[in-house]
Amino acid sequence: MLGLGVDQLRADMNRLLAMLFHQGVLDEQFLQLQQLQDESSPNFVSEVVNIYFHESEKLLRNLRGLLMDREFSDYKKMGTHLNQFMGSSSSIGAKRIRNVCVAFRAASEHNNRAGCLRALELLEHEYCYLKNKLHELFQIQQQRVLAAGVRYPMQNN
Amino acid sequence: MARNGVVSWRRRSEKLDLSPPLISEEAHVLAVDDSLVDRKVIERLLKISSCKVTAVDSGRRALQFLGLDEEKSSTVGFDGLKVDLIITDYCMPGMTGYELLKKIKESSAFKEIPVVIMSSENVLARIDRCLEEGAEDFIVKPVKLADVKRLKDYMTTARDVGVEESGGGMNKRKLREPCDLMMPSSPPSILSSSPSSSLSSPSKSPSPPMSSSFSAPSSPTSLDSPIRRFKMTNAD
Repeated sequence: MLGLGVDQLRADMNRLLAMLFHQGVLDEQFLQLQQLQDESSPNFVSEVVNIYFHESEKLLRNLRGLLMDREFSDYKKMGTHLNQFMGSSSSIGAKRIRNVCVAFRAASEHNNRAGCLRALELLEHEYCYLKNKLHELFQIQQQRVLAAGVRYPMQNN
Repeated sequence: MARNGVVSWRRRSEKLDLSPPLISEEAHVLAVDDSLVDRKVIERLLKISSCKVTAVDSGRRALQFLGLDEEKSSTVGFDGLKVDLIITDYCMPGMTGYELLKKIKESSAFKEIPVVIMSSENVLARIDRCLEEGAEDFIVKPVKLADVKRLKDYMTTARDVGVEESGGGMNKRKLREPCDLMMPSSPPSILSSSPSSSLSSPSKSPSPPMSSSFSAPSSPTSLDSPIRRFKMTNAD
């Protein structure tokens, strides 16, 4: 029964990943990160992704703060935030987010405030989606670890 | 993690012991990037590729680490821990990677250290400028394991000419193929004509006799290869 649990979890995880790839939410850079995870660094992916979440939320707050300001005009500053967001998104394989950033940046370069606002909303939406899905993924992985642990109990106590 | 192969003439360093008088077995890379996410990733990429890493968040700190900063000199940093490669992001607040590159190439003490630039922007003018200033290579982000594997060719010390990994059965790798973690050596290339056998040759010149040498790589022999490598990196 437990054995089935592990396999089921693995299938769930693969299905989720496949879906995210298919949707273009993630790209092969995410796979690259997974390949960097091993026994010596067993939580590498979630560590990096959590740093990414933390930074992204700050950036999103900054972007919203800038755009909500009635006297906003500092497109250059917005561009800096965007570049950061683009860079880190690309580094973890968050493809759709990165693409929205590109469009956002284009609007910003044209001083198109309305366009920027629309892009920001889309960005926030994409970010939320990614965060939820990755949390789901990490949860499944944790369950796998637990299930595998129960399946192969430690012999020496 | 035991990474070093069975090369008997090299003494294995235990864990983190630096043993200053000995030549350290692992290359030491100074990584410079203002993004924490990217620092974590490049650090891991380098560690998995058997390199020691010092990661800093600005050009200024990199210079301090090297002891080049006019205002603040590092008293730590250089204690026998030689830097074999500097890899830096291009776009950074304050000092850009390009400016850092210039400072390093202007310094008599450090100009021999190979410098690699990373950038998420694929701008030819930028790449040219960096290469002209003496950058060894230019990597378009996101950085992948295959990119880092290739970097080992630039390391100034003669190291790892023997077997890199004790588990090195598989030596041929397609460029950009996901590598598993038991990894030996450099990706075979499409780029250079050097055969990819089990040795990760420190030399960049085409058709090196693989059985040779501990010679440190010469200064850029083929200026076209960084660009070709760049193109390969880019050609997904």
